[in-house]
Amino acid sequence: MSAQTQFSGGFQNAPVDAAHAFRAAMTVMARPGQIRTVVGSVPPTPLSVAAGTLLLTLCDPETKVHLAGKADTGAVRQWLAFHTGAPLSDAVEADFAVGTWQDLGPLDQYRIGTAEYPDRSATLIVECTNLHQVGAALSGPGVKGKAYLSLPDIPRFQRNAALYPLGCDFFFTCDDKIAALPRSTQIKLEG
Amino acid sequence: MSEYNFAYLDEQTKRMIRRAILKGLAVPGYQVPFASREMPMPYGWGTGGVQVSAATLTPEDTFKVIDQGADDTTNAVSIRKFFENTAGVETTEETEKATVIQTRHRIPEAKLSEDQILVYQVPIPEPLRFLEPRETETRKMHSLEEYGLMHVKLYEDISQHGAISTSYAYPVKVSDRYVMEPSPIPKFDNPKLEMDAIQLFGAGREQRIYAVPPHTKVVSLDFEDYPFEATKADHPCDLCGAEDSYLDEVIMDDAGNRMFVCSDTDYCRSRCTAGHVGRLAEEGAA
Repeated sequence: MSAQTQFSGGFQNAPVDAAHAFRAAMTVMARPGQIRTVVGSVPPTPLSVAAGTLLLTLCDPETKVHLAGKADTGAVRQWLAFHTGAPLSDAVEADFAVGTWQDLGPLDQYRIGTAEYPDRSATLIVECTNLHQVGAALSGPGVKGKAYLSLPDIPRFQRNAALYPLGCDFFFTCDDKIAALPRSTQIKLEG
Repeated sequence: MSEYNFAYLDEQTKRMIRRAILKGLAVPGYQVPFASREMPMPYGWGTGGVQVSAATLTPEDTFKVIDQGADDTTNAVSIRKFFENTAGVETTEETEKATVIQTRHRIPEAKLSEDQILVYQVPIPEPLRFLEPRETETRKMHSLEEYGLMHVKLYEDISQHGAISTSYAYPVKVSDRYVMEPSPIPKFDNPKLEMDAIQLFGAGREQRIYAVPPHTKVVSLDFEDYPFEATKADHPCDLCGAEDSYLDEVIMDDAGNRMFVCSDTDYCRSRCTAGHVGRLAEEGAA
């Protein structure tokens, strides 16, 4: 890869870009089903702008990152190492994992927290080809009545929600858009 | 150009706090441990709230701080000035204009909107702490959802006083799972915990962050025959005449005279400006 992409593509103004990105990430995590825009980074392919920005906002040398499948390229590794210093790990130990839903693999390999510390669980950043407010019906904390989100799967998210208060939390990214699904959300398929 | 990094804290600290906030939102009411930093103000002055606000603010935000409902107390003024200096954000005393509101021990009277964030300063985040001093035990109690002790406490209130006498820091159950300390807000404010805004709680000395997402079920613990009751002083405000706001009692002299005023100074001021007149304001005008 060229030095230019490895060292470039980070935040132009880190405190402000990260603050904006976090507010969007917090809003979608607090309001499942809502979609926000996050920009600020230009990550190497195949990472989306939203996934790259989320990684720069939340990851540092204290968090283990798992690059799943096609996201695990030399360019992504070097970009992430340069901009965040986050150590890479396998799925079992990861604090954050990024990749497509197929590449992320079985959910039961990720950390779901412990009964006394349910926060010690993985956050999965799921790269999607599209992200819309249609599909699975969401209810629970943060949702007034019902919300809808185009989830890549339903039974596996339902099983994750059944582990509550344990379980993984998810961000969905598509270009510069993000949405989220915390473990507290109930998911139903509506015909 | 400010000599501080935006919002005072370094970026790595903010990332750590932000990760804790996200986990807190994912598990409403659960206390997430975080590596609280020393802040340029003493513990008990809102260091937890300040760190959560610092991690949440963006340069476009309008920031409001209240201390027991008041915008003009030392604590509120200091924190407002702190973020004016370190984050360069706009500040306001008007609830409706604020996007981020940091609060000590009150929820504003005005209904908060979807676009607002309420940050609480919390002294003791563990609702079970005065019943069980050991952290290892309270963690276990939360993990097993073992909250019988809290009901015993409320029951002892009834057996001693004939009613649930707990009037502030009244325990709530969030989303049918975790019993949560609503920071010591008066129980009058408890019904407002189910709101449209995001609520974040920061305890600096105790190193805990927790959260309640919007539209989350928050139930004040009670008994079928002794239901929860949101109480306030049985008076209207002496300045603005409001009958629906939480009141402070102020001793006026050594002859036993006293007045009741809204604890939410912005609410009282806006009502006075709108022409509402209370008992003492009438006398003053006469």
